[in-house]
Amino acid sequence: MKPLPRWAEIAVLPLVNIALAFLVVGVIVRVIGADPVQALRLLVTGAVGSSESIGYTLYYATNFIFTGLAVAVAFHAGLFNIGGEGQAYIGGLGCGLAILALDRVLPAWALIPLAILAAALFGAAWAAVPAWLQAWRGSHIVITTIMFNFLASALMVYLMVNVLIAPGSMTPQSRTFTAAGKIPSMQEALSWLGIAVAPSALNLSLVLALACCVGTWIFLWHTPWGYALRTMGHNPEAAVYAGTSLRRTTMLAMAVSGGLAGFVAVNELMGVHQRIVLDFPAGYGFAGIAVALMGRGHPLGILLAALLFGALQQGGAELAFEIPAITREMTVVIQGLIILFSGALLNMPRPWLQRLLSLFPASAGKGGA
Amino acid sequence: MEEALTFVLLTLAATLRVATPLVLCAMGGLFSEKAGIIDVGLEGKMLVAAFAAAATAAVAGSAWAGVAAGIAASLVLALLHGFACITHRGNQVVSGVALNIVAAGLTVVLGTAWFNRGGQTPPLDGAQRLRPLFLPEAGDNILVYAALAAVPLSWWIVARTRFGLRLRAVGEMPLAVDAAGISVNGLRYRAVLLCGVFAGLAGAYLSIGQNAGFSRDMTAGQGFIALAAVIFGKWRPGPTFGACLLFGLLDAVAIRLQGVKVPGIGEVPVQLVQAMPYLLTIFLLAGFIGRAVAPRAAGVPYEKEH
Repeated sequence: MKPLPRWAEIAVLPLVNIALAFLVVGVIVRVIGADPVQALRLLVTGAVGSSESIGYTLYYATNFIFTGLAVAVAFHAGLFNIGGEGQAYIGGLGCGLAILALDRVLPAWALIPLAILAAALFGAAWAAVPAWLQAWRGSHIVITTIMFNFLASALMVYLMVNVLIAPGSMTPQSRTFTAAGKIPSMQEALSWLGIAVAPSALNLSLVLALACCVGTWIFLWHTPWGYALRTMGHNPEAAVYAGTSLRRTTMLAMAVSGGLAGFVAVNELMGVHQRIVLDFPAGYGFAGIAVALMGRGHPLGILLAALLFGALQQGGAELAFEIPAITREMTVVIQGLIILFSGALLNMPRPWLQRLLSLFPASAGKGGA
Repeated sequence: MEEALTFVLLTLAATLRVATPLVLCAMGGLFSEKAGIIDVGLEGKMLVAAFAAAATAAVAGSAWAGVAAGIAASLVLALLHGFACITHRGNQVVSGVALNIVAAGLTVVLGTAWFNRGGQTPPLDGAQRLRPLFLPEAGDNILVYAALAAVPLSWWIVARTRFGLRLRAVGEMPLAVDAAGISVNGLRYRAVLLCGVFAGLAGAYLSIGQNAGFSRDMTAGQGFIALAAVIFGKWRPGPTFGACLLFGLLDAVAIRLQGVKVPGIGEVPVQLVQAMPYLLTIFLLAGFIGRAVAPRAAGVPYEKEH
C-alpha cells in the first residue's frame, strides 16, 4: 500500500489518535455514570471559558512545552529520555539553591537569569550521568533514566527533610524566596503595558518556553550540532562515517534535554511556589513523552500539543470540581491514553487512513506527485 | 542475645513479606524480557491488579475472587501491551509508560467513583483477605509460598522445557524461530500473558494479603524495583530471586533503621537505603559489578518478511 501523503501523516493521523483516546475516555466516563457530552463541554469551558482559565491553561502548557522539547531533543538523537521527571526535580534544586544563597544579596535582574541558568545546569548534569553511562559504559539509557528519577526523588526528600527545610516549618519546604527570586506574573507584566487580565499562575516563564521552542528549532535544524545529533538518531553508522563522535553527541543531546526539563522548575518554583517544595514535577516529565510524540518531535507541533495538554489539565480540574464523580486523575488517564494511541499504537490507524484515501484516486494521485 | 535473635527473625520475616510481590512481579518480567518484550509497565499491571483484587474482594466477600480479578485486570493490560508491541510493532517502552500512567489514573478515577473514599477501597477483613497459613506473626499467606515456588518453576520452564527454549530463542534471534516454522508473535503473546498472570498475583498480594485494601499508588515503584531485580539477576530466575530478597531486605532494614543511630556511623539516611536497589542496578548496568547482557532482541519489534 502507498505511504500516506505528508499532510495526512502530520495533521490527520494525530487527530485520529486523539479521537481514539477520547473515545475510550468517553466510555470510562459513561461507566462511572456521568454524561460524556456534558463532561466534554465542561472540560472545554473549564479550559478556555474565561480569562483566568486561559491563564491557567497557558501556565500548565508552559511545563508541557519544556518537557515535550526535552523528550523530543533526545528522541531526535535516537535516545529515549524517560528521566524528565528527575531532571526537572534536580533543576529545582539548582535554581532553589541559587536563590536561597543569593536572594538577599543580588537584585532581581541579576538573580533571575542566574537562577534560570542554575536550573538548566542542574537538570543537564542529572541527565549527563545516564548519558555518560550509556556512552562510555554501555548501560541502557531507558533503564538508567528511570532509576535516576527514583534517585532524584530520594535525594530531594532527604535534602528537604534534613537540610533545606525552613526553620520551624512542619512541612518539608524551604524558606520563601524574597522578591528578587520571583518571576513576574503575566498579570503584572501585562499591566506594565496597560493590559488588564485576570490573575492566574501564568508567569513570564511562558516567554522562556516560547524562546526554547525557537531555540530548539534553530539548534536541531540550523546548527552543525543539531545536524550531528539528528544524523546519529537516523543512522549512527553514517554519523560515525561523517566524523561525528557518538559519545560526545550523546552527552550533548542528553544535556540539552535535561536542561530543558530543568526549566519546569523555573515555572513552578520561581513563578508560582516561591520556595522549594516536594514533588513539584508531578508527572510533567512523563507527560512530555506524550507531548513530544503528538507534536511529532517538531517545536511547532510540541507547542500545539502542549496547549492541548495544558487545556486538558486545567479543564480536567474544572471538570472534577463540577462533577464530583469525576476526579482530577481523569486528566492522568487521558494523558496515558494519548501516549498509548499516539505512541505505541501509532501504526494502528494508518492502514485505515490508507484505505480511506485510496477511495479518492484523484487526490491520492496529487499527493503522490 | 535473645533480643538480637528476635531482631534477626523479625527482619527476615519482614524481608520475605516485602520481597514476595517483587519476586512474583520479577518472574513475570523475566518471561516477558526473555521473549524480547521489554516491560516497563510492570508497575501499572501490579497497580490495576491490586485495585481489582481489593475492589472485588470487598464486593464479593471472597479473597479468591479478588485474586482472580487481580489476574484478569493485569491480563487486560498485558494484552494491550502485546497488541501494541507485538501486533502493531509499537515502541515497547512507550507502551509501558502509557499503561503505567493509565493505571495510575484509572485506579483512582474508578475507585473514587465506585467507593467514594478518595481512591481507597473499603477496608477488608476476614474471608476478604488472604490469611497467614502457619505463622500468624509472619504473614505467610498462600502467595508467599506461591512466590517461593515460582522461582524453581520459572527456572524449569525457561531452562528445561521446549517452550522455554523457544522463548529464549525468540528473545535472542526471532528470525531463526520464524524460519523453524514457529510463530514469533504467538510465543511473544504467551510470554506477555504469563507476565500478566505473575504481575496480577503480585498486585493481589499487595492489596488483599500484605495490606487490607487498596490505596492510591500503593505499588510505589515496586514494579520498577522488580524490573531492576530482573536486570540485577541478569535475566535468570535464581539470581533474580536473590536480587528481590536483597532489595526486600534493604526495605525491611530501612524501616527498622528509621531514627536509629548505628554505632560508628551515626544515623543512616533512610532515603539512601531506599535508593540502594536503584543505585546497585545502575552500578551493575555500568559494568562495575559483573556484566548484564540483555536478550539480544529485547525491544526490537519483529517484522515478518512477506
